[in-house]
Amino acid sequence: MSDYVRQLPHHGSRDMAKRQSTAKRFHIDIPLLFLLLVLTAYGLAVLYSAAGQSIEAVIRQGRYIALAYTIMIVGAQISLQTYMRWAPWVYMAGVALLVAVMLVGVGAKGAQRWLEISGFRFQPAEVMKLAVPMAIAWFLAGKVLPPRFFAVMGALLLLGLPAALIVIQPDLGTALLIAASGVFVLFMAGIGWRYIFGAGALVAAAAWPAWMYGLKEYQKQRILTLFNPESDKLGAGWNIIQSKTAIGSGGWTGKGWMQSTQSRLDFLPESHTDFIIAVLAEEHGLQGIILLLSIYFLILLRGFWIGVHAQSSFGRMMAGSLTLTFFVYIFVNMGMVAGLLPVVGVPLPLVSAGGTAVVTLFGGFGILMAISTEPRGTVT
Amino acid sequence: MLPQFDLKDPQFESRVYGSRTIIAILVVIALLGIVLVRYYTLQITEYEIYRTQSERNRVQLQPLPPRRGLIFDRNGVVLAENQPSYILSVVRERVDDLDTALAELQELVSISASDLETFHKKLKRSRPYEAVPLRFRLNEEERARLAVNRFRLPGVAVEAQLLRYYPHGELFSHALGYVGRINEQEAQVLEETDYRGTFHVGKVGVEKYYEDILHGHVGYQNVESNAHGRVLRVLERFAPAPGKDLTLFLDYNVQRAAFDALGDRRGAVVAMDPRTGGILALVSTPGFDTNLFVNGISSSDYAALRDSLDVPLFNRAIQGTYPPGSTIKPFMAMAGLLSGLVTPDSTVADPGWYKLPGDSRKYRDWILRVRGTGHASRVNMKLAISESCDVYFYDLARRLTIDRTADYLSPFGFGSRTDIDTTNERAGVLPSTRWKREAMGQAWYPGETISAGIGQGYMLASPLQLAVATSVMASRGQRRVPRLVMAVNGEAAPAPTLEPLQAPAAYWDAVFDGMREVVHGRGGTAKALAQGITYQMAGKTGTAQVIGIPQNSVYNEAQVAERHRHHGLFIAFAPIEDPTIAVAIIVENGGGSSAASPIARAVIDAWREEETPG
Repeated sequence: MSDYVRQLPHHGSRDMAKRQSTAKRFHIDIPLLFLLLVLTAYGLAVLYSAAGQSIEAVIRQGRYIALAYTIMIVGAQISLQTYMRWAPWVYMAGVALLVAVMLVGVGAKGAQRWLEISGFRFQPAEVMKLAVPMAIAWFLAGKVLPPRFFAVMGALLLLGLPAALIVIQPDLGTALLIAASGVFVLFMAGIGWRYIFGAGALVAAAAWPAWMYGLKEYQKQRILTLFNPESDKLGAGWNIIQSKTAIGSGGWTGKGWMQSTQSRLDFLPESHTDFIIAVLAEEHGLQGIILLLSIYFLILLRGFWIGVHAQSSFGRMMAGSLTLTFFVYIFVNMGMVAGLLPVVGVPLPLVSAGGTAVVTLFGGFGILMAISTEPRGTVT
Repeated sequence: MLPQFDLKDPQFESRVYGSRTIIAILVVIALLGIVLVRYYTLQITEYEIYRTQSERNRVQLQPLPPRRGLIFDRNGVVLAENQPSYILSVVRERVDDLDTALAELQELVSISASDLETFHKKLKRSRPYEAVPLRFRLNEEERARLAVNRFRLPGVAVEAQLLRYYPHGELFSHALGYVGRINEQEAQVLEETDYRGTFHVGKVGVEKYYEDILHGHVGYQNVESNAHGRVLRVLERFAPAPGKDLTLFLDYNVQRAAFDALGDRRGAVVAMDPRTGGILALVSTPGFDTNLFVNGISSSDYAALRDSLDVPLFNRAIQGTYPPGSTIKPFMAMAGLLSGLVTPDSTVADPGWYKLPGDSRKYRDWILRVRGTGHASRVNMKLAISESCDVYFYDLARRLTIDRTADYLSPFGFGSRTDIDTTNERAGVLPSTRWKREAMGQAWYPGETISAGIGQGYMLASPLQLAVATSVMASRGQRRVPRLVMAVNGEAAPAPTLEPLQAPAAYWDAVFDGMREVVHGRGGTAKALAQGITYQMAGKTGTAQVIGIPQNSVYNEAQVAERHRHHGLFIAFAPIEDPTIAVAIIVENGGGSSAASPIARAVIDAWREEETPG
């Protein structure tokens, strides 16, 4: 595309052309980068207050974010062909690591999720958040789209295996997130509606046996608490009651930056990690929520735009899946803190403190940028 | 095989993708819309609810309990004070493993099995974020050990609280009463607001009677506290109004003298200042250590007190009612003078026994057993009192009749509560024909009048009532309501008086004469008291039968069980010319009045020493 722009001297100013070309050369999607910068800056401001005005927390998170931007930019330089070539190998390595976790992993709070290699802990499930959609997109890219029955079954197998391995860790939230990222690939690939409705019916039919035999007691408790937080005011319901109080007491304008009483006085648990949206809502009010949702929405639109303008099937499917997965983070986190959804360990993307999610998400944005700057005419 | 079917069609793919993208965007908008509506509902529609809830979270109204008023004796000796006491408590919610935590605590401080039992009982009833007390009265060393180990004991707190302390324990147990933990019944009666943050309330005695004054009024502070209940800052403070201090009429030394003189015998002493109605000493033995009750007495300690044959929890001085025996005689004499039936000089023939006209039953005088005859051929009032002649008073009682006796004795305070400022007072019995009909549904028998004349039979009076009656006698008819509290916060407490008992001076002189002879006369029943005495004391001995003695048989002290022996009584006042103290004493199963009378001397001596300047 850069050649095309350069060949049209009447199109825009020289600066414009030059900037675009610089951005293009480094495979940077300027609107996406700009939105991400705004979001992470806002996120750090909220975090500073939510973490009890701790500059250390901001520096720590800043370091993660810097690392994440680096990963994104590096990831953007890699061509889509390379991603495709790697996709099956990364996927297989990921599955192998998940098996390793099952055998020799270390755990916390009753779940075995981590691998420890010479003091460095890492969570293979996190890698799979990118590896699974990539592998499915790779698998489907060579097939006729919309995918036929056997292609669909193959794709489901590809997402089902790692999802099952993660469920038994157990980490239901991540497993669902990974399964969703795979399903999104299928959806964007144009999978027939009969599959979609069929799957919907199947899930509905499986709900009762899953509740009876599949879910663990604490998982059931979380769902029950959602419907009636008052039933367990000091236990599981506490988080929801306190986060709703924090959100509601923010009103339209909010209590002001660093004026959150719910968080400052320790009423709000996990105030700088999973429940940080409550602090934002309390301090910045509905205005802040609207601002945040707007930024998120623009990022999502940009993601869809990149998908629509992608040059290859692989790029399209990846862009759609990554964008929708990002949306799931937003929806699940904001929904759970506001008492719409059960409490699952999903952070508010790019705002909650913590390195893992940020790095994974920015890895995804790196791929998105690689897609957006994919040279025209790559056909796969 | 249809080749076009298997060929990828980029145009079609991209069209499908475009439509899927539109669907995805619509779904995203819909779901983000739901989220936005949810936040709108919480933040705009239900804003007020959550704002209030958040404020309630943040700001807590904390009660500031008032300091309980102190109690002093008349000379400023502290009888009840408040001492800081350190309480070890545990917040269940903040302790990971309760059993481990308790085991660790047991290594640092001693925790008894009953402490643990109470703790677990309370734990069940409290919310997880509430601090449940585990040990009271931590000593300095224990506090230090807990402080050092605090970092590894999350959820364990040491709090200071002011606790009532009675420095003299048993000595003032029945005079003061005690405070204890508020129980459920009390919680319903007490003014809720004023007792926020207060855990103790007066249970008996002065502590209960003056609860309103001693308690004070609760204060408040608005504090900002975090979710763990720790106070971060005080926003507003309304100081509590401390309880008022009480100064009692009680005199430590007089009380001590009475207590020591009673020794390990069961009995009671009440000493009163006839000029004011002030109670100088109020002792009932055995007493008990009131400090045991402050923080909840252990069930074994309580069972020991409750089941003791000596009933130490029973306040003999005001709850115990006894037949006054011969101590009633001076008052009977006064009744006789007032009725005109006798004069100071009129006499009665005394063969040593008395018979009702037309009745063969012989009412014996106690002297008959000693001398085989009466006190003298004719007995006048002075002799009748000093030698405690029964026949004189048998005759007087018969002539006076029981109803008129009751009329004349009631101004001395018999048969009704004295209205002393403490709890659990009992009224005793001043019998009359009406009383017997109402209480027993029976008619009065003439023989009963005879025994009533010498204070036996139905008549019952508490040591306090005897002291009050003696005080009325000593002050020549001035009737004062007995008081324990002299001043509240240094301001004199009102001293209620009653209509005086009017009688000519000659009457008082006559009775006083008899009572002086009891102590100072050669034939006085308490003449042993006069030895080395430097002032004039008026007294009267008395003996109360514990078991009925059959007609014509003789009470033999050696032969009856200790607990069936007679009660010894004694009343006295001094100095006769201007009495400053009136005393009533009972020694249960003392055998006779000689067990009681020396106590009066000790008490009056102690009081006179207090009064003598320098």
